Parts: sequence; C-alpha cells; structure tokens
Amino acid sequence: MRLGLKKEWVVAYLFLLPNLAGLLIFMVIPTINSIAYSFTDWNMIRKPVFSGIANYIDLFSDQLFWKTLGNTTFYVLIKVPINVAVSLILAVLLNNRMYGRTVFRAILFMPMIASSVSVALLWQPLFDPTLGFLNKLFSYVGLGPFPWLLDPNWAMPSVILVALWKEIGYYMVMFLAGIQGISKTYYEAAKIDGANTLQSFFRITMPLVSSTTFFVLIISVIGSFQIFDLTTVLTNGGPANATNTLIMYVYQAGFKFFRMGYASALACVLFVIVLIFTIIQNRQSKRWVHY
Amino acid sequence: MQLGLTISFTLFCMVMVFPLLWAVSTSFKTYDEVLLEPFKLIPEKIMFNNYLDVFTILPFLRYFMNTFKVSSITCIATLVTSILSAYAFARLKFPGRNLLFMLYLATLMVPRQVVLVPNFIIMRNLGQLDKHLSLILTGTFTAYGTFLLRQFFLTIPADLEEAAIIDGCGYWRRLSNVIIPLAKPAMVTLFIITLLNIWNDFLYPLVFINSENQRTLTLGLSILRGDFDTRWNIVMAATLLSISPLLITFLFAQRFFIEGIALSGIKG
Repeated sequence: MRLGLKKEWVVAYLFLLPNLAGLLIFMVIPTINSIAYSFTDWNMIRKPVFSGIANYIDLFSDQLFWKTLGNTTFYVLIKVPINVAVSLILAVLLNNRMYGRTVFRAILFMPMIASSVSVALLWQPLFDPTLGFLNKLFSYVGLGPFPWLLDPNWAMPSVILVALWKEIGYYMVMFLAGIQGISKTYYEAAKIDGANTLQSFFRITMPLVSSTTFFVLIISVIGSFQIFDLTTVLTNGGPANATNTLIMYVYQAGFKFFRMGYASALACVLFVIVLIFTIIQNRQSKRWVHY
Repeated sequence: MQLGLTISFTLFCMVMVFPLLWAVSTSFKTYDEVLLEPFKLIPEKIMFNNYLDVFTILPFLRYFMNTFKVSSITCIATLVTSILSAYAFARLKFPGRNLLFMLYLATLMVPRQVVLVPNFIIMRNLGQLDKHLSLILTGTFTAYGTFLLRQFFLTIPADLEEAAIIDGCGYWRRLSNVIIPLAKPAMVTLFIITLLNIWNDFLYPLVFINSENQRTLTLGLSILRGDFDTRWNIVMAATLLSISPLLITFLFAQRFFIEGIALSGIKG
C-alpha cells in the first residue's frame, strides 16, 4: 500500500486512530464520567440516581474525608520541601569532581526502580518496635524504643521517611540534569571576582536551576497527593486512620462500600487539587524563573 | 575536597543502601536467626532454600509471568500507538490538529486515580474484570507517550525527510527509515517509564484483579503483609525476587534509566 499517494490528512488520522481511540475510551470519557458519577448516588446494584451536589455536601460533614485530606496534606507539606532541598544539595555536591560519581548516582537512584509495595515490605521489619533494626540501633545510643508505625503521631513521619528514601535519588537526577546545563564560565568568573563556594551556590546555581526546582516542586507535590501504595502496604491507613490518605479513601468508598458516586466525588477533589498545581506550573514557570 | 566528598558520599550511600543489605541478609537466614540478637550482616548458615520456598509457598512464578505479560504487552502497545500518533502531530497537517493536541495536553493533567471508578465500570461492562486485558488497555493509552515522542520528533530536522520524499518514500517509510532510527533515545525513555509504571503498578491490579492466578507481582506481594507477618526471611526473599528483574536491567542499562528520567524531566 502506498500511503504516500494518499491525502495527508487521511494518513494523519489513520496514524492517530489507535492512540486517540484508546485515549478517548479509557481517559477522556472516563474523566467526564468521573465528574458525572460524582453527582449521583450509585451502589452498583441499582442504577445510578442523580443526586445533585449531595455527595459534595456529605464530604463537608464527613470527618474521615477531612482526616484523609489532612493526612495527605501533612504528607505533602513535610515530605516535598525536605525532598526538594535534600535532592538539590545532593545534586550540587555530586556535580563536583570526585571518585565514583556514577556509582553514587546509581545507588541513590536505585530505590526508584522498586515498586512502592516492595519498598514498604523492605522497610516494614525495620520498623518493628521490639525486633526492628531501627529501634535496636537507637537503643545502642540510649534512645527509644520508638513506636514508629504503631503510634498515630509517629506513623505518618515514618511513612515520609520511607518515601524520602525512595524518591531522593530520582529528583537528584533531575537536578543534576539542570545543574549540568549551567555554563562553567559563570563559576570561573565568580571565582575570579573572589566568590566562595556558598556564594556561588546562592548567586549562580540557585537562580539558574530555578526552572528545574520549580518543575521538581510541582511534580513532587502532584505525585505526593496521590500517595496510596506505600501507606496501604505499610500501615493500611492505620493506626486510627493516622495514615489514611485521599486515594485510599477513594478506594475504600468505591470498592469496599460500593459508593461509586461518593468515590467519584472524592476522586474529583484530588483532580481539582492536581489541576490547581498544574495550572500554577503552566502559568508561573515563565515568571518565577530567573533568566 | 575531592577526597572528603568521596568519603561523605560513601558513608551516605551506605546508610541509604542499608535497608537493601538488611533484606538480602535476612533473606538468607533461618527463621530462628532472623529473631536472634545481635543482628549479624552475614548469616551463620546461608539458606538458599528460602528462595526456593518462595516458589512453593506462593504461586510466585505465576505472579511473575502475569506481571511480565502485562508489562511487555503494555510497553510495546504504548510504543507503537505513541510513535504513530506522535508522528501525526509532529509532521502531518490535518484539520483539527491544534484542537486535538490541546485535548492531549489537557489529558496529561488527569491522574490515573481519577479515572479508576469509570474504568472499573467499563471493564465490568466489557466483562474484562479479573483479566489482564483490563490492565493492558488502561495502561497503554496515556497522552504522555505521544507528547514525549512528539517533542522529540520536532527536534529532528525536516530536511532529513526531504531526501526520503525525493526518493518517493511514503509516510510509512519516512517514519520507519528516517524518524524512528533517530528517535531511539526518546523511545527508550518511553519504554523504561512505561515499564516502571506498569511493573510497579498496584492500584489498578488491586481493583481489577480478583483471583489468585491472575494476580500480578505487586498484588501477590502485598498479600504477604498479612499472611507472613514475621517470616521475614521468606518475605524478603520474595520481595528481592520481585525487584530483581528491574534491578538487573537497571545495573546494566543505568545510563538509559538515568538519562531517560532526566530527559523526561526537562521536556515534561
């Protein structure tokens, strides 16, 4: 078949068809449906009944919703700044001349390859209050025992610790790419002017890597709002819902209590949050960045 | 300075790698030694049997094959469909191109969790629940692949295709002989990102898959959590086995993984 002889737009649509059809069926229409379902009462046995904004009104008085939203927000607010700061510092340090750079880069990146499920399983025994290695380690220096995952106040920080372990290398690699794009001549000029390492960092690296920082910040926020796997396997939301997250609640509402409409309303809340940060990224990235 | 940094990074990496070392060590211990104090990194008796037990206690091979099947089909389907649509957006003129591209950009903003419930309903209506096709279909069609490849195709000079046009090549040949060989880095990136996403996916298998012989690795592993609470030697062996294919691929092709992530980050 000589496609070259056909009209260009016919070929274009033929090329586009498989992906576009799939995207419409499994992404675009479901997105619209998700919003539509959120205005219904639906338990999967009866047909969906239009219920207006009843689900959203229920959300407001649903303590578990506020709890999961609060947990998720806490997770984002604590994890993301630490993650971005540590990844940036590691990237700056790793950008220096040293032995074994690629080995260090590979080791720090490695946890990103593993699934959150396996990472959770790797860490779970370390957190055990009596037998876990973390508490044994702390007891040598006279600390602990910490309850880690068993205490409502400690559970989410413990989850954050694991998440940081998994993701620091990933964002470090992104920062490294950004830093390596900075011309060496800036640093040489600064050196001639008598700038020290810290001054170079704050006056050259930080401003010039700001577009990467902003990008990393936003995708890290968006990704962190979607936390599900780690908390499901590490704690299953406990103790006392201390690590129950928004997506876990979507799952529970939809597939444990079969409240499809309510689950969709919860999913729409996440959608709005993600949308806000995406729009901020698209709008601000040009303004916030220094060059 | 150089030596100091090297030493600091060595120490930091040792701390970071410790959970993995602990897991490797535990996976070779007897159950009694796991509970023994003080902790020793080198087991007294190396129990290779733990790894064999994983295959007898669990249908681990089945989980593995299921994940392998779903991941490989999804990766190939994603690549093929994304290459075609990306070429259309990057090189061909057709009515509605800008409008459709806007739709793709908008779809990029939708997290997979948002379409979970509607996709569950679709799969139920199609009778595909508890079947791998449900995971493959919902995994394949993302706007991301098209977007990533289109951005890369646009950086390939149009002149290179002129020669092929003069030689009388159709669109198909121009894509396969000119564009695809030059776009390998972007294709490798898309392949790796899709592989990581699908191999490690947990939420969709959890919702779509029910029966034991359809379970994927992540789903099968997550159930260990309740069953084997303290048989950590077996749990660690199973966990390490589940990571090993990606880990080995990573060790041999780490440049592609890291450059791919960096590439996707800058362009994303």
